[in-house]
Amino acid sequence: MSWRYEKDISGCGLAGIINTRRELINGKVIMKSIALQHDRGNGLGGGFAAYGIYPDYKDHYAFHVMFEHEKCRHEFEHYLKINYQIDREELIPTRTHPKVPTHPILWRYFVTIKPDRPDLKEDEIGDQDFIVKTVMHVNLNIDGAYVFSSGKNMGVFKGVGYPEDIGEFFCLENYDAYIWTAHNRFPTNTPGWWGGAHPFALLEWTIVHNGEISSYGINKRYLEMFHYTCSLMTDTEVVAYLLDLLLRKHNLPRELALKALSASFWKDIDKMDKRERTMFTAIRQVYGSAALNGPFAILIGHNNGLIGINDRIKLRPLVAARKQDTYYLASEESSIREVCPEPERIWHPKAGEPVIIDLEKEVK
Amino acid sequence: MVKSTIPPMFQVVVDKEKCRKCKRCVMSCSYGALGFTDRVVPDDKNCVACHRCVAMCPENAIMINESPLAYRPHASWTVEHRQGILKQAETGGMLLTGMGNDKPYKIFWDHLVIDACQVTNPSIDPLREPMELRTYLGSKPDKLEFETDKNGQPSLKTQLTPNILLETPIVFAAMSFGSISLNAHRALARAAYESGILMNTGEGGLHKDLYKYGERAIVQVASGRFGVHQEYLNQGSVIEIKVGQGAKPGIGGHLPGEKINSEVSQTRMIPIGSDALSPAPHHDIYSIEDLRQLIYALKEATNYQKPVSVKVSAVHNIAAIASGIVRAGADIVTIDGFRGGTGAAPTIIRDNVGIPIEMALAAVDDRLRKEGIRNQASIIAAGSIRSSGDWVKALALGADAVVIGTAALIAMGCRVCQKCYMGKCTWGIATQNPQLTARLNPEVATERLKNLIRAWSLELKEILGLLGVNSIESLRGNRERLRAIGLTDSEANILGVKHAGE
Ligand code: SF4
Ligand code: SF4
Repeated sequence: MSWRYEKDISGCGLAGIINTRRELINGKVIMKSIALQHDRGNGLGGGFAAYGIYPDYKDHYAFHVMFEHEKCRHEFEHYLKINYQIDREELIPTRTHPKVPTHPILWRYFVTIKPDRPDLKEDEIGDQDFIVKTVMHVNLNIDGAYVFSSGKNMGVFKGVGYPEDIGEFFCLENYDAYIWTAHNRFPTNTPGWWGGAHPFALLEWTIVHNGEISSYGINKRYLEMFHYTCSLMTDTEVVAYLLDLLLRKHNLPRELALKALSASFWKDIDKMDKRERTMFTAIRQVYGSAALNGPFAILIGHNNGLIGINDRIKLRPLVAARKQDTYYLASEESSIREVCPEPERIWHPKAGEPVIIDLEKEVK
Repeated sequence: MVKSTIPPMFQVVVDKEKCRKCKRCVMSCSYGALGFTDRVVPDDKNCVACHRCVAMCPENAIMINESPLAYRPHASWTVEHRQGILKQAETGGMLLTGMGNDKPYKIFWDHLVIDACQVTNPSIDPLREPMELRTYLGSKPDKLEFETDKNGQPSLKTQLTPNILLETPIVFAAMSFGSISLNAHRALARAAYESGILMNTGEGGLHKDLYKYGERAIVQVASGRFGVHQEYLNQGSVIEIKVGQGAKPGIGGHLPGEKINSEVSQTRMIPIGSDALSPAPHHDIYSIEDLRQLIYALKEATNYQKPVSVKVSAVHNIAAIASGIVRAGADIVTIDGFRGGTGAAPTIIRDNVGIPIEMALAAVDDRLRKEGIRNQASIIAAGSIRSSGDWVKALALGADAVVIGTAALIAMGCRVCQKCYMGKCTWGIATQNPQLTARLNPEVATERLKNLIRAWSLELKEILGLLGVNSIESLRGNRERLRAIGLTDSEANILGVKHAGE
């Protein structure tokens, strides 16, 4: 339990690729891209998120779960069987890798929620809320078990090591996805724990994050008001929960939710026309405790696209590029050019202005 | 009257070499501590150490010492206890005092330290980057709703209740006209107006001359209802129901008739020379439901245009009380800790009743969050905020803004002599004597107050910068950035902070 209740302090490298026409990109591409950022990590965490990898089970929730021992796996599976219909369960395929000497037990489960699950008797919550509840329950209460990801037609592969080694360990060359994100981690205060690597995921949302959230204390307390329990080492989890709250629960338009996280400056709000000023003033009044402050660059993957966002004075790097239907986001331009030597357009997104790329749509 | 046998507390020493007998000191002393025969003759027992004479003497010829008179030491029967009993034996009255609790209780601000960025995240330079202190006081909805027009442009659908903008999260304390002079009230009103913060009228109404600053005033409604009428309510931008005051929880107030001159009488709407007695409770609030009625009566009277604050003293069950206040419809809860100031209070009450603001604030912020209603009201913390350091710590514990009373008085010249209840303030603040009030130049006092707000705000920005954040929202309630030094586990737990090193 020593890994809990410690704030994550880390620097990092990020990479993301998306093809808006859902053409599949092989895992080797993202591995090559993030491998170039080797020096941005220290070998204590690497990971990937992939969307579109489970077309045969696209309506199932895919749980990627790590277990520190068999006992917690049994405990987890017992809980799962009560509430879910399991249509497929298997070890996540891995290969023996010299740079990944030890690893936890890694399983994946393709499940649907039982319509007559027992908790319905006490609490009528929707499917997605139930998944969130499951993830929180497992991570908090089943000692040694930790859910990597829980969305549909997507999965998170992560662990302790450099990302290129973790990618090889998970045999990512066998996966094709239309959205990939990758993370190379440089934690300074945390022991090697597989769950602490990025991406951090909840439902279909995955977050890779370079930076430190200096507002963490209040973001966490704000989320607690809405019954999210932030108990992990990584402050990245607040990003995931905030997105879940603002987008799914409060139903905010996406651009505005992102503006709540990376808040506009008052000096800019004061210059807006009345409609916008009213809107953005209210966002800061009501969602001030949700605003993320401190240095960060974040890539957010979800079933319909990829989002990149910076803190509002851009204290961490983020570069974007496009070639035809493929968009790239990364901490370093070199990482993009490594896999796309001649992009049509390459740009540095403005501080606090999100880059939103949707599948089958143009960039905004 | 029999001559008192109580030895003086202070000793006034006039340097005969330096003194050139100009008598300025004699004229400046309103307590009768300085007389003149062929030279300045001090009467030590009347000296309150207000320093007016020291400040006025052109020759630096006056020194005030604590009396070196020895008492046989006794750890239990301190000099103060002995003197108190002697005084009461002579007079048969309650001991009175002014200003806040002066007893050496643990000051939790002094056991909290602030974090800073090093290496893993950069600190931010407030001279180069915007640092935002803007704060809105008032109720906020749980969430916002938007609607989109036919061109796909979103606009705000949720109607927010009125919120008041503060350029920096600080307000002046409730100090009534009557307890302090019109010049002091004027300086507070103007400084608040010009600094984009708020002053608080206190329970004595607002003088007509100051209506022009009303949009930057909290207008108070206290148990005596002095000076309360519809026009007054509509002058302010926030209405405050005063239930209690940190220095004297659970008791009313008493402004002696001598202080009720014609201006005070008109503003308070009571006859000249009559004592202004505020009852201990509001006689229309005997329960939380009654409070709700008064909150809504005031909202009705002002057409739901103004946030309503409820001010209470910090007492044992403050968390539950605050929760009730928020559920009763208050938009702001002002909590006044037991070191909060006063113009006059029984010493025994000031020094023994109530709890520290640090604990009360932390408990209230926690409780409102647990109940999921923290957004429904702003929290203002009062009761001895002595520097921007205390301010930062209060914000980090969860306050939306803090109150400064004593600090504002000191900025105007007050020396914390604690004799405000005598109405003889030599600095022209806590008095209605025209000769004394003339000593306070409202223009100068305004500038000094504005300077204080500016100076603290600069310090606040500097601290935000070293915390690596650039807006006040990221400090508010962020207890993660505080650590405790020298607190017990349960103290640290109540404050919700880790120990240094953790
Ligand atoms: S003000 Fe100073 S110089 Fe003048 S009479 Fe008093 S002590 Fe002497
Ligand atoms: S206001 Fe005047 S009387 Fe009261 S403590 Fe300050 S200096 Fe003394």
